[in-house]
Amino acid sequence: MSKRCTIPFKGTKEQEAQLRAMIADHKDQQGALMPILQGAQEIYGYLPYEVMTIISQELKISMADIYGVATFYAQFSLVPKGEYKIGVCLGTACYVKGAGDLIDKVKEILNLEVGGCTPDGKFSLEATRCIGACGLAPVMTINDDVYGRLTVDQIPGILKKYMD
Amino acid sequence: MVRSHILVCEGTGCTSSNAPAIVKALNDELAANNLQDEVKVVTTGCFGLCALGPIMIVYPEGAFYSRMTPEHIPEIVSEHIVKGRIVKKYLYEETVDTESGVTKSLNETNFYAKQERVALRNCGVINPEDIEEYIAVDGYAALGKVLTEWKPEDVIKCISDSGLKGRGGAGFPTGLKWSLAAKTVADVKYVCCNADEGDPGAFMDRSVLEGDPHAVLEAMAIAAYAVGACRGFIYVRAEYPIAVHRLQIAIDQAREYGLLGENIFGTGFNFDVELRLGAGAFVCGEETALMTSIGGNRGEPRPRPPFPSEKGIFDIPTMNNNVETYANIPQIILKGADWFASMGTENSKGTKVFALGGKIKNTGLVEIPMGTTLREIVEDIGGGVPDGKLFKAAQMGGPSGGCIPASLIDTKVDYESLAAVGAMVGSGGLIVMDEDNCMVDIAKFFLEFTVDESCGKCTPCRIGTRRLLEYLEKITDGKATMQDLEDMEALCYHIKSNSLCGLGQTAPNPVLSTLRYFRDEYIAHIEEKRCPAGVCKKLVQYVITDKCIGCTKCARNCPVNAINGTVKQLHEIDQVKCIKCGACVDGCKFGAIIKK
Repeated sequence: MSKRCTIPFKGTKEQEAQLRAMIADHKDQQGALMPILQGAQEIYGYLPYEVMTIISQELKISMADIYGVATFYAQFSLVPKGEYKIGVCLGTACYVKGAGDLIDKVKEILNLEVGGCTPDGKFSLEATRCIGACGLAPVMTINDDVYGRLTVDQIPGILKKYMD
Repeated sequence: MVRSHILVCEGTGCTSSNAPAIVKALNDELAANNLQDEVKVVTTGCFGLCALGPIMIVYPEGAFYSRMTPEHIPEIVSEHIVKGRIVKKYLYEETVDTESGVTKSLNETNFYAKQERVALRNCGVINPEDIEEYIAVDGYAALGKVLTEWKPEDVIKCISDSGLKGRGGAGFPTGLKWSLAAKTVADVKYVCCNADEGDPGAFMDRSVLEGDPHAVLEAMAIAAYAVGACRGFIYVRAEYPIAVHRLQIAIDQAREYGLLGENIFGTGFNFDVELRLGAGAFVCGEETALMTSIGGNRGEPRPRPPFPSEKGIFDIPTMNNNVETYANIPQIILKGADWFASMGTENSKGTKVFALGGKIKNTGLVEIPMGTTLREIVEDIGGGVPDGKLFKAAQMGGPSGGCIPASLIDTKVDYESLAAVGAMVGSGGLIVMDEDNCMVDIAKFFLEFTVDESCGKCTPCRIGTRRLLEYLEKITDGKATMQDLEDMEALCYHIKSNSLCGLGQTAPNPVLSTLRYFRDEYIAHIEEKRCPAGVCKKLVQYVITDKCIGCTKCARNCPVNAINGTVKQLHEIDQVKCIKCGACVDGCKFGAIIKK
């Protein structure tokens, strides 16, 4: 596990109880690992090493296999996401309408790479796959807020709203 | 007594542009006017015209209000609902005759007139969260007919006769697939629905699931009866939360009504469906990868045979169809194979849904009979390219597909005609590009996607696509030679012929098809170090025009001191020093700096 997350694990007792109950619900289902990893990420916001260890013990699946699945799918994250998760859609419809320039602007303003998180834990940036709002292209999402028909010069103003 | 219905689209597109706030404003405003018993607000799936979202239609008048905001609602309720005067200024302009001011039906507008809605029949018409509304439009009648009157082989014959082909991209004849699955001898069989719609820019399947989830469930039950399966799986993208939510509601309601579960229609037929969520891997759209993923593993494809019809989900024989394929089934059963086969062309029957996007006026979802020309789709239905720009090409089939240049705009959209010009029907993404799009850049965009999404199992795809991307980067950086172009083309064919699954076998298509029609653009990048569309950053030149008043702002903004000039004099950019960051353009208040 060379990429082991360096951010200290902050899971609570309540979260662990929730996790164990969720595992018990799925345990006997065929192909249970995926729904369990999805459930765990919902509880913790990402997949901490400690959590994958519990899943490994409960399901009697090796850590290597769990790591293999967790790193295969784009949706799973081994590091925490920012308080504000910025997603710039890079689906084709958004791309031909200039989404590449939008993401460059966000990177420049926040000094952030795609897949990264600002040191204060406030913003993380993802280049998302098509979110299906092609009628609004190009689109950026910040948590549940959707900004459509964007131009580069709107970006600073939008980000400012989340900075304070 | 309800005298009026207001239909509000709550597809993903309109939801993103605030449709839920409009529904709330409507309900509040109706309650304030004490009209809640007379007027019913219905939330529906996608109407198709996403460019105009959020959309709402008021019946019985059929008034089509577009680009709604919650602030418009009080006026519409007090004028239209209370006083009966349609608020024309908020209507979709095409539904109002410019001379007479008379409003016309949505079906008479250019966007809808050429469409034929089969798979999208109920999208934007019924409330997808209410099984009663589906039943009211003949929902589950096809299942009832099949279970009580038909033998399984009658079902397969009907589907075969209809000429329906798989709508997920490969175009395999559905009836043949069903008859092969039916012939497999096994105690237990499964059916599966592939709803892992991964092509960037395609959202047909999502719209069907969001707008008409019961049609898919009904079709899966019919398929299960035809091939002798007892259990069904729907593998749906986790990125489609609304679709997942509505599917779960639909499954719960169907179970409650006895339309899923044991002894359906009292015939002794048992069938149930469960949902499995994907986790963001494009390759899982490939059926063997999808089935491996449902098993809880890395979603890697495997060689065939054994085919899924022998060894599928959990090694049980499984028959897999795409969402849109299923959505056609109940209609074919009810209206007959001849009806379906009467639409389309000789070898491509029926209709196909396309997600229109990119540089086109009416972005959205359209369903057209096979054989409609690309020109009709782009110009008549799509309303053409906006801002007076020229149509350059349409990209069809996403990362597996190709582009069709303006010179071939009269190509018919069906399986054979598109294959002949190097494109494909694919799953149905149709992205329009104008003169400002660089075709090399587009090819690079798709390769970045496939490099990212290659699962890594086989070498030709894992390493080949990366090498291919490196060639493209070299070209867009202006560092490639003509020899590179030749080598790149040869590599394309190696990847195509040696990859394990469809992802790798089709990954070079965007490169090959742009090379076929836009080779001169590649050559301009290589020999003249020039990007004709002005997109590729490394090849762009920033130039200061005589609009410059000499304010010195750009010179101060430039991080590498590449701009020279004195106060009140025309400034100049040193092209050697310039790093093309664009900081000068962003800062200039006079629009004096242009990209060349």
